[in-house]
Amino acid sequence: MSSVAELALASSGLTKQFRGGQLAVDAIDLAVPTGSVYGFLGPNGSGKTTTIRMLLGLIQPTSGSHDVLGLPMPAGQAHALPLVGSLVEGPAFYPHLSGRANLARLDAADRTANPATMPGRIERALDRVGLLGAADKRYRAYSLGMKQRLAIATSLLRQRRLVILDEPTNGLDPQGTREVRSLIREVAADGTTVFVSSHLLAEVEQICSHVGVMRTGKLVYQGPLADLRGQARLLVRTPQPEQAAHLLRELGLTGVSHAGLEVSADLGPMLPEVINERLVRAGVPVAGLETPRRSLEEEFVELTGEGFDVD
Amino acid sequence: MSTESKSVAGNPVNGQAATEAAGAPPGGVSRAPASTWPPADTSAGDRPRQHRLDESRAGRRGPVPSWSRLFISELRLVFGRPRNLALLGVLAAVPIFFGIVFRLAISAPTGPNGGPAFLNQLAGNGVFLALVVLTLLLLLLLPLAIAVISGDSIAGEASLGTLRCLLAVPAGRTRLLSVKYAVIAVFCLAACLLDTVISLIMGLILFHTGPVTLLSGTTVSLWAGIGRVLLVTAYVAIALMAAGAIGLAASTLTQHPVGAIAGLLVVIIGSEIADQVPQLSAIHSYLPTHFWLSWDGLFRAPIDWSGVEHGLLSFAVYGVIFVSIAWAKFTSADVTS
Repeated sequence: MSSVAELALASSGLTKQFRGGQLAVDAIDLAVPTGSVYGFLGPNGSGKTTTIRMLLGLIQPTSGSHDVLGLPMPAGQAHALPLVGSLVEGPAFYPHLSGRANLARLDAADRTANPATMPGRIERALDRVGLLGAADKRYRAYSLGMKQRLAIATSLLRQRRLVILDEPTNGLDPQGTREVRSLIREVAADGTTVFVSSHLLAEVEQICSHVGVMRTGKLVYQGPLADLRGQARLLVRTPQPEQAAHLLRELGLTGVSHAGLEVSADLGPMLPEVINERLVRAGVPVAGLETPRRSLEEEFVELTGEGFDVD
Repeated sequence: MSTESKSVAGNPVNGQAATEAAGAPPGGVSRAPASTWPPADTSAGDRPRQHRLDESRAGRRGPVPSWSRLFISELRLVFGRPRNLALLGVLAAVPIFFGIVFRLAISAPTGPNGGPAFLNQLAGNGVFLALVVLTLLLLLLLPLAIAVISGDSIAGEASLGTLRCLLAVPAGRTRLLSVKYAVIAVFCLAACLLDTVISLIMGLILFHTGPVTLLSGTTVSLWAGIGRVLLVTAYVAIALMAAGAIGLAASTLTQHPVGAIAGLLVVIIGSEIADQVPQLSAIHSYLPTHFWLSWDGLFRAPIDWSGVEHGLLSFAVYGVIFVSIAWAKFTSADVTS
């Protein structure tokens, strides 16, 4: 067993096909570097939560394998998961118990937690999410934001090496969202790897060092956030878009597409002035040439599709 | 292995306590600003990370202490839940109610038949109230209570969503299931004992007491009689534990507790009806409820164990089969709730 795995989470060909035949997660190869804040993006229904459930051993993969903190799953579950704090698909607690009693219940379920230090740990976890004042209220009486905070508190009950948060800001007001963001930064500053799923791009853009983008069960992009945003595009306005597109492809550019009199492509390593020269030399009149940097939102929409359709 | 990791492995609880309590003792929260927590970081950061993993592994420290911790938590959950307390309250009220009703029935002038035979026995000795009450409760209320507790055990957690949280902790599926069944068994025993104790108290208050005349005509002392009543109580509790195993299995098959509760009740009522149909006599002794009342041998002298033995064998077989079904299902099921 390696002392510190380079990847906090790693999967290879991880696949889940539900009994109905629906392919929820399709052979994804996750690589979440230790110490990163990894944003797991994707529209609703793209397989994010199913992936998280597989990572935590709640559902069995149809095929493929995965490691958590360097330990192969599911064999290493008992050793790895106590070091993983998680919030899966919204808060879930016993309505007749107080927030404090709910945390005590989860702590009792943890074979490796020390009961002697439990009251202090619960106190601190509640304090960090700002719930100390409501600690002895019944969970039933909590607002949605308080429920969400309590759920985040469960992942802070102990010192963790990895925290998996599934849509942690759901139901939070802007103030709460900011607090969660700073909490995630704080946790990450301790050296804890954070894996956070979200469909809120602004959130991810602000806190993540790495992103993975899901679309219909496939991981369509994965890498450092800077790389995704750094992919400059090339935009050429020309009366001869067909020829221009053909030429750009010949030059080895990828992602070539044209609409109306505009042709666009991923710039890649090529210099725009070189491309301009080639176009002109090939007899393609260039009315304009731009290299716009795209926002994460544009990248996201490109990777995951425009519509609201669940495909 | 370094000395430090040895001490951590050898005394995991203290090792962890040192890490987690060193910087911020319980109750010291107000003194430590939230932003500096966890102070353990500074020390943990200096150490190789491997230690933390070892610490957690060593912290498992055999299944017993951690099992009992979850068991106690589960006991609190089940016995602290208002609905379950209401169930126990109803179960406790039954002997009080019937005690008073029978007392009035005995005082009232009776017809030429003198009322049911058990009333005469009751009039002779209040100890019999416990047996009458257990028999009456077995008709509906006790099976209902066990169905609610066992049917809710896994399916209730699934419907709340707490099941996914517990399993992600990880509570361990086999560990969680064994704790759940242990608490179902405790509830069976507690429900039966509650009724017996209250029946005995009511019986002592409302009826004559004294040496107990057994079915075989012999008379034993009051304490020996109470001892036999407790034996019957234990027998009925074990019968219910077998039913609880069926409920536990049903509970692993659905995310809706009501479905599992209804499922067990259908099995019990169906079994009781089938037990009354003479044409089905070939299968009577295989029915889960067939031996529920086979404890009369305990009220003979010497005790006739044959009925009780058959019953216990039947309950054990049902228990093993259905706990196995629950285990097979629960340890392999996808938790999607």
